[in-house]
Amino acid sequence: MSHVIAFGRFWWDFIVGDDWSAAAGVALALGVTAALATWWILPPAVALVLAGSLYRATTLS
Amino acid sequence: MSAVLLVLSAFLASAVEMVEALTIVLASGLTRGWRSSLTGVAAATLALAVVVAALGPALTLVPLNALRLVVGALLLVFGLQWLRKAILRTSGFKALHDEDAIFAQELREAQTAPREERAGLDWYGFTLSFKGVFLEGLEVAFIVLTFGSTQGSIPLAAAGAAVAVVLVALVGVLARAPLARVPENTMKFAVGIMLTTFGIFWSAEGAGAHWPGGDVAILGVLAFVVLWSATLVALLRARRARVVPA
Repeated sequence: MSHVIAFGRFWWDFIVGDDWSAAAGVALALGVTAALATWWILPPAVALVLAGSLYRATTLS
Repeated sequence: MSAVLLVLSAFLASAVEMVEALTIVLASGLTRGWRSSLTGVAAATLALAVVVAALGPALTLVPLNALRLVVGALLLVFGLQWLRKAILRTSGFKALHDEDAIFAQELREAQTAPREERAGLDWYGFTLSFKGVFLEGLEVAFIVLTFGSTQGSIPLAAAGAAVAVVLVALVGVLARAPLARVPENTMKFAVGIMLTTFGIFWSAEGAGAHWPGGDVAILGVLAFVVLWSATLVALLRARRARVVPA
């Protein structure tokens, strides 16, 4: 079981990294994009997610 | 146009990861012996080839829109990680990647590690090289598979990555030193921008959106990501100057 957890944790760290809220923001933006089937939601949403992630990283450091 | 960006992205990502892997392999080879280190490199290369060979054909069976949504989302989250680190480095909030310093640290650790023989190999040297090449190479494999499958050309992406591997290996053999002069931080920034751009484009398409102008819109997304990243770097630099006066 611990191997399964370690395997899952490895892929989580590999893809999501140390800011899970950025991944959550992307998922939310994609959900809205899918619901409205429109392209203009995602670029500004990603811009906000990135700015927020950087703000948290520099405020905590 | 997207084929050029595809090859360029795979090449840059592969080059930057292989420069890092080369540093680890050199430190391992010089301190623990080349036989164990090169065996580690060969084993890791084989393992990576198995990953690509197993997942590549499987990905081509997934319907394109579902593939673009899932892979685009993964690529976007993954790309934001690269971009975030690159912006933090460029703005001075995170130390720049320094291959010379990393090489010196790897050498120190490899020199002091105890010797343990397994299957006729120095185990530390073997595992150090294996982990270095496998973990750095896994990022390249991920990029090749995701870029290649969504663009419908894994061989093209793999070719871009392979050219970089051969180039870095050749220069490494000739120089026999870590490639500290490679503009690694700039290359990482470029890769972060490419991954984020393609991630935005494909995941939105996969979610059912249609970009104005079709594939040409990638250039617009690219310009947007570049401008926004530059803005964030400028804002963070100004903030850092206020927090840490020169």
